[in-house]
Amino acid sequence: MHYVAVSLVLLLIGTAGLLLRRNIVIILMSIELILNAVNLNLVAFARHHGNAAGQVFALFVIAVAVAEAAVGLGILLALYRNRETVQVDEIDLLKW
Amino acid sequence: MTLDTLFFYAFTTLTLGGAALAVTRPSAVHAAIALMVSLLGVAGLYLQLTAEFLFVAQIILYIGGILLLFLFVIMLVNLDAGRGLRQFHRRWTVGAAVTAVAGVVLAVLGSRVQLPPAQRMPETGNVELVADTLLQDYLVPFEVVSLLLLVAVVGSVLLGRKRA
Repeated sequence: MHYVAVSLVLLLIGTAGLLLRRNIVIILMSIELILNAVNLNLVAFARHHGNAAGQVFALFVIAVAVAEAAVGLGILLALYRNRETVQVDEIDLLKW
Repeated sequence: MTLDTLFFYAFTTLTLGGAALAVTRPSAVHAAIALMVSLLGVAGLYLQLTAEFLFVAQIILYIGGILLLFLFVIMLVNLDAGRGLRQFHRRWTVGAAVTAVAGVVLAVLGSRVQLPPAQRMPETGNVELVADTLLQDYLVPFEVVSLLLLVAVVGSVLLGRKRA
């Protein structure tokens, strides 16, 4: 299953971007990469089992990803209006 | 080397190369373009896996929807100010270590899995198959997703207003 290997590498690239970058927009993009890796895995296993349920799950994941991106970017805009920054380590209001 | 393997490696290169560029470029616009290349690669892999409906959904929703949203936000938020700054966290070693450990664990677990023998997809078209599964076996989740999208629309409009 080469597709699972591709999905694993995509997941790791997404995780690295999520944990290492300071820019919120890039972090949201990394989340999209992770969700794509999951989708690729679901579709590959759906093909392997000869069953469309995995593809339907991937559709649900895409719908949730759209909702997540819309709300996340809305929060980002509200945050930028208040704090004038998009670097995550400068947003430390709740940090002790 | 068959044509299938050739296309698989081409789409894999697009996917992983685009993803790697997306998380390393300092400019957010460049990252968005690289993300688009990566999403196109994933769409191609869907096509290879005979998931034609998801291929179309990926292009319309991800590339036409989410990526456009990202580009709009990049336009609204002045990201060029952050271009000369440090791009990575101060304690980036911790994040890199967590990623590496997760990669090793997942690879070891994945190599131990015993898969059942592969089965063939039913011969009906992919769109019919997805529609049958979605609207018969998963009808309730399908309706719940519409509710989720409604909540997301209301929430993002509320968050995006001038005086929230």
